[in-house]
Amino acid sequence: MSDNDKTRGIFPPLSRRGMLLGSAALSASLFMPKGLRAQDYPTAQVNTSGLAVTDDTVTVGILHSVTGTMAISETGSVQAEKLAIDQINAQGGVLGRKIQFIQEDGASDWPTFAEKARKLLVNDKVASVMGCWTSASRKAVLPVFEQYNGMLYYPTFYEGLEQSPNVIYTGQEATQQIIAGIDWVTNEKGAKTFYLLGSDYIWPRTSNKIARKHIEDKLGLKVVGEEYYPLGHTQFNSVINKIRLRKPDVIYAIVVGGSNVAFYKQLKAAGIDMTEEKPVLLTISVTEDEIRGIGGENIEGAYACMKYFQSLQNENNDTFVAAFKDMWGSDMVIGDVTQAAYLGPWLWKLAVEKAGSFDVDKVREASPDIEFPQAPEGYVRIHENHHLWSRTRVGRAKADGQYEVVFETEDLVEPDPFPEGYQ
Amino acid sequence: MFEGYSSSDLIAIFAMQGFAGLILFSVLVLMALGLAIIFGQMGVINMAHGEFMILGAYVTYLCSHFFANHIPALFSIYFFVAMILAFIAAGALGMMVEWLLIRHLYRRPLDTLLATWGLSLILQQTYRSVFGAREVGVTIPDWMMGSLPLTDLIEVPINGLFVMVLTFAIAVAVAILLMKSQWGKKVRAVTFNRPMAGAVGINTERVDRMTFGIGCGIAGVAGAAFTMIGSTGPSSGQLYIVDTFLVVVFGGAASLAGTIASAFSISQAQSLMEFFISGSMAKVLTLLTVVGILMLRPQGLFTLKIRN
Repeated sequence: MSDNDKTRGIFPPLSRRGMLLGSAALSASLFMPKGLRAQDYPTAQVNTSGLAVTDDTVTVGILHSVTGTMAISETGSVQAEKLAIDQINAQGGVLGRKIQFIQEDGASDWPTFAEKARKLLVNDKVASVMGCWTSASRKAVLPVFEQYNGMLYYPTFYEGLEQSPNVIYTGQEATQQIIAGIDWVTNEKGAKTFYLLGSDYIWPRTSNKIARKHIEDKLGLKVVGEEYYPLGHTQFNSVINKIRLRKPDVIYAIVVGGSNVAFYKQLKAAGIDMTEEKPVLLTISVTEDEIRGIGGENIEGAYACMKYFQSLQNENNDTFVAAFKDMWGSDMVIGDVTQAAYLGPWLWKLAVEKAGSFDVDKVREASPDIEFPQAPEGYVRIHENHHLWSRTRVGRAKADGQYEVVFETEDLVEPDPFPEGYQ
Repeated sequence: MFEGYSSSDLIAIFAMQGFAGLILFSVLVLMALGLAIIFGQMGVINMAHGEFMILGAYVTYLCSHFFANHIPALFSIYFFVAMILAFIAAGALGMMVEWLLIRHLYRRPLDTLLATWGLSLILQQTYRSVFGAREVGVTIPDWMMGSLPLTDLIEVPINGLFVMVLTFAIAVAVAILLMKSQWGKKVRAVTFNRPMAGAVGINTERVDRMTFGIGCGIAGVAGAAFTMIGSTGPSSGQLYIVDTFLVVVFGGAASLAGTIASAFSISQAQSLMEFFISGSMAKVLTLLTVVGILMLRPQGLFTLKIRN
């Protein structure tokens, strides 16, 4: 992987990628609607609030951690956002203007995120920002975006209970992931008892609170255990013993980061074989990215509830996966959040074009009901509450590190960041 | 706390948690042994200990790839080769570090703390550049997966047993080395009275370098063993370092027996508490207990009797 990064820096893979982009640009210029040329949108009219927009370019910000502990996760988001920007530019840009980006490093440190957000909005006057991963970093930049009226496209699935006029949430909020997943495991696997397990911070605890309410109050089933371990914990033998003693039908695991590797390796070693589904393991925190560290053979047979898997079979996704691997290397894997990050620049472009302006207020007004039929996950639409309508899917982990999609909701699930009766 | 369990359940629970505790004990001993040797003999606080472990883990990762791609027939035993290579790699790096960095700081123990902390940051960044920021997976050979069922409830994971056996072997080897070998005698002589040892002709510099190298080498083997149960990433070493220091300080820094006793009491207490109260609380209570005992007995559980 790092080898790829290095060679790419020295020898950019111009050949195939350049040709793809070139041909895309050519066809785009042939078919581009007349109304989207820069000269039809004079800068003075489309930018009345002094953003970094010129006659040919518009500048956006990318704000993720590329150093520190979160770099492991956020690298994929940065790659997806750069790919989207590349593709949009190849199609002629936004309102005829090429997108430039300024990338800042949040360094896995929440105050740094806030400081860099202020820099991007105040000094660089970027028209929008794609960024953040952890809820902590989002909470840190939120007041900055509200104070300086910026627009943030936030890609991670998260705990909900938030809605800001200055943020578009392109990942799923808690109910879109949790409720559909639990309903599926009760209907399909006849589950009656659940063991909830997670890392000890806000996202797993809030998510499990919603899960418990749904299991106990709505479905009338039973939670036989709920347990949290510190971030980075690597000894799960005790909880595995408890699981063996209580015999739940479902292990519902929201362990994050490196702890996942220890958890699944020890689970497998303890003789709990997930391919036998006794008990069924359902997770909402293991994407294809994490499986690389866990090893496919250790997690084979577990189920994950997400909205996107790399193995999704549709034309949009085939194109997306091919383009991503073309740009970043053939051994890349693409997880749920990487796809959600890819949506950010596209949704912003569509909103800008609908508004006919880069101004944040107008983009915000234009955002609800924006649809993106080319989304790799299939189709998405922005809800009035700034989250996306999207499908929930369940995938089953295979030994090769990919998920096989075994279920998807028939309709788009309405986002509901403040679910009644679940708080 | 005990309600809802029958007495046969409780016996099974104590047995299961006892085993879980033994595995944790082995892990803690493996982590702390190298650190304790270095600190005990040289007074060097090695903050880069976790990074030496991760070096061993990465060596194992490379080794598993090499065997899988080039000699798949021998894949089931690659791990033993990896352990030896991990020991050599971490030990060699340790001796180099001692020569370049540590030996200039022997009279300033607090400075060794800063210097090795800096070293740990440098090593982390190096791993990130070489192996990438994402965690890498090490394939476990088939024979190490699964568990031995003892009763209906009690099953012992084979990788846990393996770590136990490995720990036992290393601890015995270190004990023999320290108590019986020429090198061990020299190490103990230097520990008890450095100027006097030098005066009777022991090359204290060489003893120091060997000790640092062996301490780091053991860390490398620990790292190799942990790929069987945990994660391998550039900053994974930091996860272990706090627990490692906890064990060493609680045990009484200079003593092998102290390290083992402290690892045993911490792991068993934590394992039993984890069952009856939540995982996070168990960790908090363990820490509080250790702090409490250290307030009453600042020198740790065991001490060497040294004339000052």
